Amino acid sequence: MPGEPLIYARGLTKTFGSLRAVDAVDFSVTRGEAFGFLGPNGAGKSSTMRMIAAVSPRSGGDLRVLGLDPDRDGPTIRGRLGVVPQEDNLDLELTVRENLYVYGRYFDIPRRELRARIERLLDFAQLSERADERVEPLSGGMKRRLTIARSLVNEPDLLLLDEPTTGLDPQARHALWDRLYRLKAEGVTLVLTTHYMDEAEQLCDRLVVMEGGRIAAEGSPRALIGRYCTREVVELRFGPGESERMAAKLTGLGGAGVSERIEVLPDRLLVYTDEGDAAVAAVEALRLEPVSVLVRRGTLEDVFLRLTGRHLVD
Amino acid sequence: MSSRALPVRVVPPGMFGLGRGRRLIERDLLVARRVWWVPLSGIAEPVFYLLSIGIGIGKLVGRIPGPHHTTIVYATYVAPALLAASAMNGAVYESTFNVYFKLKYAKIFDAVLSTPLEAVDVARGEIAYALLRGTFYAAIFVAMMAALGDLVSVWAVLALPAAMLISFAFSAVGMAATTYMRGWTDFDLVQLVLLPLFLFSTTFYPLSTYPRWLQLAVECTPLFHGVSLVRALTLGQVGPAAAGHAAYLVVMGVIGVVVASRRVRVLLLE
Ligand SMILES: Nc1ncnc2c1ncn2[C@@H]1O[C@H](COP(=O)(O)OP(=O)(O)OP(=O)(O)O)[C@@H](O)[C@H]1O
Ligand SMILES: [Mg+2]
Repeated sequence: MPGEPLIYARGLTKTFGSLRAVDAVDFSVTRGEAFGFLGPNGAGKSSTMRMIAAVSPRSGGDLRVLGLDPDRDGPTIRGRLGVVPQEDNLDLELTVRENLYVYGRYFDIPRRELRARIERLLDFAQLSERADERVEPLSGGMKRRLTIARSLVNEPDLLLLDEPTTGLDPQARHALWDRLYRLKAEGVTLVLTTHYMDEAEQLCDRLVVMEGGRIAAEGSPRALIGRYCTREVVELRFGPGESERMAAKLTGLGGAGVSERIEVLPDRLLVYTDEGDAAVAAVEALRLEPVSVLVRRGTLEDVFLRLTGRHLVD
Repeated sequence: MSSRALPVRVVPPGMFGLGRGRRLIERDLLVARRVWWVPLSGIAEPVFYLLSIGIGIGKLVGRIPGPHHTTIVYATYVAPALLAASAMNGAVYESTFNVYFKLKYAKIFDAVLSTPLEAVDVARGEIAYALLRGTFYAAIFVAMMAALGDLVSVWAVLALPAAMLISFAFSAVGMAATTYMRGWTDFDLVQLVLLPLFLFSTTFYPLSTYPRWLQLAVECTPLFHGVSLVRALTLGQVGPAAAGHAAYLVVMGVIGVVVASRRVRVLLLE
């Protein structure tokens, strides 16, 4: 069915006893998109991913994945998904190559075809040299790459990645991003969860911010920054314990139309503004003499922290 | 399509045949290739019993009445029971210790269940693999019995299939029990069950030796039926009772498969 979303969720709910881990969320993901779930620990990201992956029955609401109902057509759906779980669950008793082989056989891929795919995947994951070693002693980054390679063995239409780069060093993260770009360019639909805002900004066309099992906001990274943040943020540092006092003196900035809002943190003040330089000039005009001044762009991190909580002074 | 779908609905799905569970057997065999010597320890045990008790005690006992007014040596009487026990042991070791490790530590099934395989495939695949291990033990043992002249009837060609049935019943129930285990200490219970089963299931002497109440108790336990079935075959004393023994083991296995599938679903697919 052309135009039908790959994932369609309405009022999707997951309860564990009395806990509503996912509380009536609505979202849909279209073909070719890279879609993200952002949210603090316990927001319900993994629970949502597991329902999409047809390994966790929903407690309520509607869910269609690839046009099918996970409760009824679980095996068919899973046959067309690639899944990278939050925690690697590689088969530690097998070698790198055997992991791909055995996993591919779970999808009934014929042996000869599978062998060809494995060579390509080893290359893709930069693991060809370690192909015949056991998995156990591999580094975290290698294991993660292998898990991603494994998820691709059935050439999935939809790839689900639960915190794909958590715990990796910057090199390994960038190497993984590079792999994910390539998949996206090949038309694979990506759904990922992450705690890293730069990752979400880099990879996601569209994302939702989850908190407490609900969706707090939805949009493209740009649109979310536009809606919940300003173009620029001025970070002002004052001496210890001076932030509150200085914030009071800065309240005039809002009235002057220079700043949308000011946030007081223990160690610094954040002035949200569309014109960073104008705001800095206004601060200088007040002769407040901060220890340091930094003008930066508004980021998804600002959006995230605003939506998922941090004390704010508007 | 619809003509095929109907019987699947009537019979619980996958009660017969392995379906995708085959894939799990492939995986287990790949691992086993690397530790091929492990089963040797398991097969050694019944062999030691046969050589020590069968032959040693056999010296004291002398010849005993066999089928059709013949007499047999004591080892010929004990061997089928040891065969049944080895089929049980192989199956139970695999379906308890190894399955528990895969379930709780290696998280093998978590990965498996994110592929088209379902809980019932996991149960069937693992039970079938444990059955294979039990069968492997039993086959070695049968070969030894043949060499020692302990197969005195043509019915003995069915001894190995009967041993497989025993392996099936114990694999299935072993795996079902494993899904309830809370830690390694619970495995002491496995030993606590296996030892009396081994000693009391008419392994070394006939049921008539026991007082009536103990006979009734023994008749309820599974290895007794396994031993009786295998002994009937290897000694050629096959009667209607043999069908009853076989039926007991089939029912036990089917219950085990159903419970194990349900439990895998409850544990891993919440
Ligand atoms: N199997 C389970 N049984 C009971 N509670 C669960 C289960 N799985 C998740 N939860 C609870 O559901 C809530 C959401 O968990 P979930 O793992 O979906 O969060 P998350 O957004 O993925 O968090 P994280 O960023 O830490 O991975 C948490 O309160 C968690 O404790
Ligand atoms: Mg999670």
